[in-house]
Amino acid sequence: MNFPRLPLCAIAATLFAGSAAQAQVDLTGMWGQLMHSDAPDRGAGPDYGDYTGLPLSAAGLLRAETWSDQKWTVPEHQCEPHPIDYAPWGPAGMRVWSDVDHPTQRMTALHQTFQWMITHRVIYLDGRPHPSQYAPHTWMGFSTGKWIGDKLVVNTTHIKEGWTRRNGPARSEKGKLTEYWMRHDNVLTITSITEDPVYLTEPVVRSMNWQLDPGYQHGPYPCSARVEIERPQGFVAHFLPGQNNLIGEFRKNLGVPIEAAQGGAESLYPEYEQKLKEMIKAGKK
Amino acid sequence: MKMKTVLKGKGAVASAVVLTLLAVAAAAVQAAQPARRGQAAPPAATPPLELVTEHVRGNIYMIGGNGGNVTVQIGNEGVLIVDSGFAQNAQALLAEIRKLSKEKIDYIVNTHYHPDHTGGNAIIAPTGQYVGGVGIGVAPRAAIWAHENVLTRVSTTTGSGKEPLIPAQGWPIETYFTATQELVFNGEPIQMIHMPNAHTDGDSVIFFRRADVIATGDLFNTTMYPYIDAAADGHINGYIDALNRIIDLAIPAENEEGGTLIISGHGRIADEYDLLVYRDAITIIRDRIADMISKGMTLEQVQAARPTLDYDGIYGATSGFWTTTQFVAAVYNNLKQAN
Repeated sequence: MNFPRLPLCAIAATLFAGSAAQAQVDLTGMWGQLMHSDAPDRGAGPDYGDYTGLPLSAAGLLRAETWSDQKWTVPEHQCEPHPIDYAPWGPAGMRVWSDVDHPTQRMTALHQTFQWMITHRVIYLDGRPHPSQYAPHTWMGFSTGKWIGDKLVVNTTHIKEGWTRRNGPARSEKGKLTEYWMRHDNVLTITSITEDPVYLTEPVVRSMNWQLDPGYQHGPYPCSARVEIERPQGFVAHFLPGQNNLIGEFRKNLGVPIEAAQGGAESLYPEYEQKLKEMIKAGKK
Repeated sequence: MKMKTVLKGKGAVASAVVLTLLAVAAAAVQAAQPARRGQAAPPAATPPLELVTEHVRGNIYMIGGNGGNVTVQIGNEGVLIVDSGFAQNAQALLAEIRKLSKEKIDYIVNTHYHPDHTGGNAIIAPTGQYVGGVGIGVAPRAAIWAHENVLTRVSTTTGSGKEPLIPAQGWPIETYFTATQELVFNGEPIQMIHMPNAHTDGDSVIFFRRADVIATGDLFNTTMYPYIDAAADGHINGYIDALNRIIDLAIPAENEEGGTLIISGHGRIADEYDLLVYRDAITIIRDRIADMISKGMTLEQVQAARPTLDYDGIYGATSGFWTTTQFVAAVYNNLKQAN
C-alpha cells in the first residue's frame, strides 16, 4: 500500500508540533492559595521590628527601622497593592488565563490577577525584549517567560519600589524577580527569587503553593482613597534614626536578640540556628 | 513604543571626537564662570550618544539620552518641545524629533535655565516657525517660552570672555512672571506653572491637560538627588514644596498607578507613586538633617552620620557634577541659613 508523501509529512509535522507543545503544562484556571508556611507573616502580617531571615543590607536595615505604618493614613499611599515580588506571598488567590495565537495555536502570553487589590499582570511568551531604562515601572513589572521542559521561567524587571515584608523592609526599583512555575497534578508551585542591589545583600527566595479551585472568584476592586486623619500638606510618616520605640517590642516579647531580629544574610542559613541558640543562652539582647 | 538613535561607524567616531571637544570646551567655559556660594556648576556637558524615544500617551513622547529629558508634543498645528538638551547633540535630537513629525517646530518651552535643558535652543529654534512670529524682515523661528528668571539666567554675561550662558539665539524671549502661563496648541490646553525657589528660581512644570502628562524638568529625577542650585536661589524647602504641588496636580488611576504621567528631568517616565517615593525620600533626609542641626551638629558631623545612607543606592553619587556629599552640604546650608 502506497501512502501519498505530502499528507504523511503533514501528519508528521502535526504530531511533532503537538508533542513540542505538550511540554508546556496548562497553568490556567482559578487557584486557591495554600498558606501553609509563615501564615502569621502572610496573613495578619509581621510585627514591627521583625526582620528575621531577611538578607538586609545596612541601607535596608535603616530603611526598615525608620519606616512608620502611619504611611497608610496618607491618601496617596492607601491604594498601593503588593508589588509582584510580594503579591503571591500575601493574600493571593489567583486567576490565570492565556492568550493564544489562533493560526499557530501558540501561547503568546499568560495573564494573572491576584486577590489583593485585583492587580493584573501579563507574562509575555512571544520573545519580546524588555523595555528601555526610560520606560515606566509598574507594580506588576514587565515579565517575559520561557518554557524549560514543563517549567515556566519568568523574568521580571521595571517593578515599582516595593517591599519584601509588610513592616518596612524595602525593595528598590533596581530590583528584579525570577520565578519558576511548576504544576504537579492540581497543585501549582511558584518559587520566586527577588534580587535588589540596594536593600538586599543576597536574594530573597520563597516557595508558594496553590490548589486548583474552579469555584474560586475574586471580589471586586476594593480601594477608594480618602482622608482618614487630617495631616499637613506634604506629611511623610517616618521615624528619625534611633527613635522608633516600636521595633523593640517584638524582640522583648519573643526573647529574640537584636542581632537576629535585624536579619542579615547569615541568618538565612541552617548554621545560624546554633548561633542563635548560643546567643540566647548567653543572654544576648 | 521605543525608538533608538545610536551614532555608529566612522561618523560616530568623528562625531564622538567633535562632541568630546565641544564638551571639554563647554566645560571650560563653565569652569571659567565664577562659582557662587560654593555651589556646583550646572551640569557640565558630557553627552551620551544614544537617544531613546518613548511614547508617553496620545500625542506626547519623551526623548531621553541628551542631557535632560525632552518632551515632544505633536499634532496638526506643529510640534512643541519641552527643553532642548545639550547643544552638542541638538542635531541628533532634531533628527529624532523629525521621526515623530515632519511638521514645523512652533514652540520650545524651557523648564529652567541649565544648559542640559536649554543648550539646544539656539540650534533648534531657527529651524522652526512660530506662526505669530512671521513678519517682514523677521526670520521664521520657534518661539521659546520660560519663566522670566530663565531669561535673566541664560542672558547674564559671566566668565572671562563675558559670554552669556547660551547664545542669544536660544534665549526665551516669551516669558511670564506670574504664577502660571497658559497656552493652547494642537488643540490641547497647556499650563506652565512656576515653582519658586526650588531647583532654581525659574522652574516651571508643564502640564498637558488633555494628555494628562506633566513635564517636571529637574524638580523630579528618578536617578539622582535634587540638585539644589543655591547660586540661582534654589532651596530644599522650595524643592519639597514643588514636589508636593506636583503630587496635588497628579491624579492616579486604580492601584495608585498610571493616571497622570510624569516626565522627569532625568530618568524614566513615572506616575504619582514614583513622585511619592521621591518626595518621601527627600523629605525624610531633610528632616534628618534638620534634626541633626537642632542638636548642634556641624556639617562634617552630619556628613559622617550619613543621613542619606538608605537612599544612596538609588540616588547617590560619589563622582560627577552632583555628589551625595554636595547634596547633603546644600541641604545643611539651606537649613542652617533658615535657622
